[in-house]
Amino acid sequence: MVRCFLIHTVCPVGALTAGESRVLYSRLFGPDEAVLSKQQREFTPEERRLLQKEKVSVVARRVRSAVSLSREASGRQLVDAVPGDEALVLQDADSGVVRLRAGEPFSEEMSVLWLGVQSLGFTLVCEPHDNLLLAEGVLRNLTRHCLDNLHMLGQGSEVLLKSSRIDVLLSRLLPHGQLLFLNHRFTQSLEKEAASSMAK
Amino acid sequence: MYSLGSESLIKQAREIQETELQKFYSRLVKLLQLKELGYETLDSLHRLHLILSANKYARTILRLSPDSLTEEHVTILSKKFVDWLRYASIVQGGGASSGGFFTGPRSRQVTELDGSVSGDFFTVLCVGQGFTEDQWMNVYSFSMLRHWLLTYHSVSSGNSTMDADDRSEVDGSVVSMVSATSSSSRLLPPKERLREKAFQYCQRLIEQCDQDPSMVFRTFPSIKALFGRLSSDLSYARVLLPIAQFYLNHGEMAAVDCECVWKLVFGRFPAELFNDPFLAHELLRFLRQNLDSLRLRTPEFIRFLPNFLKFLAWDSSAVVDDFVDLLPSLVTEGTAVEMLHTLLDLPCLSATLVLQFRSVDTQTRLLSLDAFRNPAFRGLFLFLLRVETGHTIDRLSTLHDLLAEAADWPRVVRCAQVVPVLLHIYFNTVVTVGTERIPSLETFRLRFPASFFLPRPSFPSCRVFSCHLLRLCKLRPSLVVDQSHELLEFAGTTANVYSKEEVYTHVVWVLGEYLSMSSDSSCSVALITSCFETLEAVLFEITSSAPPPGMVCPAPKVITTLMSALAKLASRSHDLIPRVSLFFSKLRTTARNGSVAWCADEDDLVAIVTRGEELWSLLKAPGVAQSVLTPPPHVLTPRWHRDTNLAVPLQLRVLTRLTHSQ
Repeated sequence: MVRCFLIHTVCPVGALTAGESRVLYSRLFGPDEAVLSKQQREFTPEERRLLQKEKVSVVARRVRSAVSLSREASGRQLVDAVPGDEALVLQDADSGVVRLRAGEPFSEEMSVLWLGVQSLGFTLVCEPHDNLLLAEGVLRNLTRHCLDNLHMLGQGSEVLLKSSRIDVLLSRLLPHGQLLFLNHRFTQSLEKEAASSMAK
Repeated sequence: MYSLGSESLIKQAREIQETELQKFYSRLVKLLQLKELGYETLDSLHRLHLILSANKYARTILRLSPDSLTEEHVTILSKKFVDWLRYASIVQGGGASSGGFFTGPRSRQVTELDGSVSGDFFTVLCVGQGFTEDQWMNVYSFSMLRHWLLTYHSVSSGNSTMDADDRSEVDGSVVSMVSATSSSSRLLPPKERLREKAFQYCQRLIEQCDQDPSMVFRTFPSIKALFGRLSSDLSYARVLLPIAQFYLNHGEMAAVDCECVWKLVFGRFPAELFNDPFLAHELLRFLRQNLDSLRLRTPEFIRFLPNFLKFLAWDSSAVVDDFVDLLPSLVTEGTAVEMLHTLLDLPCLSATLVLQFRSVDTQTRLLSLDAFRNPAFRGLFLFLLRVETGHTIDRLSTLHDLLAEAADWPRVVRCAQVVPVLLHIYFNTVVTVGTERIPSLETFRLRFPASFFLPRPSFPSCRVFSCHLLRLCKLRPSLVVDQSHELLEFAGTTANVYSKEEVYTHVVWVLGEYLSMSSDSSCSVALITSCFETLEAVLFEITSSAPPPGMVCPAPKVITTLMSALAKLASRSHDLIPRVSLFFSKLRTTARNGSVAWCADEDDLVAIVTRGEELWSLLKAPGVAQSVLTPPPHVLTPRWHRDTNLAVPLQLRVLTRLTHSQ
């Protein structure tokens, strides 16, 4: 099961220090670890929410550093993209996996798949038994939809204001964090559905 | 992409004041009361959402109930899964045309991937124009099947053919369930029936995969066939990992030869796909999770050590964590020496892999690339790119020269940064592995004469070496006598004083401290004398002239360590004492004349001379000198309160004080 999907910055942002990453969208799936852990059960709901948020930030920071290391090592320069370049930008995107040890910050080991598209990172936190090949496909699919529907290239990024669209997308492509074995027909069907609900 | 516009939006949302928020809220309420919900309403709702997220206002939190399904729930769900997996309808769902001359029941059936009408039950590989509810449930059920089986259908009861330790045994149990119960599945309890149906589902999927292999399943004949089909195409590498897992788990039981699998997965994949981050992650995870199993069933896997390290050389930052876990298991008595050399060669390997990548590019002009393509140096590079253990190389310095320009390539730099960390782990592991093949001292002979191929801050690696050298010698003092020849060769080379100061200091200290009969009875007077003479010659040389051009003066620590070592050696063989005394008197005389060419700082010179004087006076009482300079162990670890002989004076003193106070 996927534990988390997030969209965050992977390039320097004015208001933040060098290594930090701004989380623009995050969605956690599955039971709240804090509820399950005995010691954390004493936290108030607000504290638990902050804890979740902190975990998400940790993931974003790790991915941010992985992205910059990967880009530095490959030596490729980032080219500014304009709306309409979505397919190209996705094809050229950097990708990789980060291993999170148990406890850092999730209670068990996680594999974090990431796609670095221009200044944004799209990240999927997967559990050890998840099919990573499937997850990679889902991540690319999600990213493509986000790029297409949220006008992420160019100046006006609507990701902050249109988070409900991403929610809809996730509820179709990744229901409750479940990776789906979809053949092309199922995918077409889903995408039609998703497109019509997003247009509303 | 992430624009200033977004940044200011967040800022606004964060800093919104109470009054402003109230105004916004009342406006929103008015908008929501309108009949038509326009763009403005939607936009305002989005902004409200953003404000709430950015602001940590307390929200109602939906608490998911913990997954504490009862046995009854599990049973009911298992039954439902069976229905959805096995008995989903095979007619196409909504939207399929119902009229027309050629339509009949069969044309409305789902088809296989190649277009032929489906002859068996519905699976995720069946296609249609639209899909019914239960067909969707079929997809969802299969998607979560593995997780479900792993969580709720643990294999504790019944199967004696099972390995108790094997965690992924659930699927293995499916195999043995089928063999045990042929067709009387209706009589099985719900959990077992689900497993049976899941197995049938998987078998059908394998059959459907004939045209388009994209999933992996678990029956040996099918697995073997699959392996045969996929092994020739490297693009299926990641798909082959679960197959390898299956072979590892069940190969022995089924008496199948797995050699071809390991040759492919450990022999070819790392060599040709080292730059695929996903494969690297999954293959290294496979190694980590199956270490015990591999060591038990396929212990020869360790010969692919040079191959595994290719992942590390290519993308150090991404996989160093995996190697921190793996390294201790890869260091065995047989691989210890080669492992050390390979770790030190890692930056070279990193550069070579980059060159291998770039060699297809005819545009780039690089000296190292020319060298890489040059047949004369082929052997060197092939050595680095070797797949299995068991080889050594001599012409390291040639390699270093050829790859000099690679020292600041980002990949190589990152690689060089992880080497000291791994060396630490290596040395920590080595002390627990057999005593005969302690490799570090042998390495000094081979590696230290050649320069380190690491960018300027190569000192971390040197420091690691020095630290572990001390540790090793402390643990096994006899090593120093054993390897004295190599150590003296290093210590006798004056150039090392300037270029490898830190290590040199440690080597000299180690010689002074441990080259004695108490460390190893085979240490002869002749050996002590020979060592003395070597160190004496170096000390004379560096204190009689200025440092060579381009070098700084030797640090005082080097000089005092040399002096102390000489004093220690002399205390063990008293004939040498006059020679030491001669040196110290010369030193005092020279220093009295003012500044010297080999020491820039006056205070340092004073400290050196003072030390010399202390040692000189100590050596005037030879018997005492030895105990002071190299105290025997029982002095260093006092146990006076336990030793009755030593305790007596203490007891007397206590008694005296007590009696006197009265």
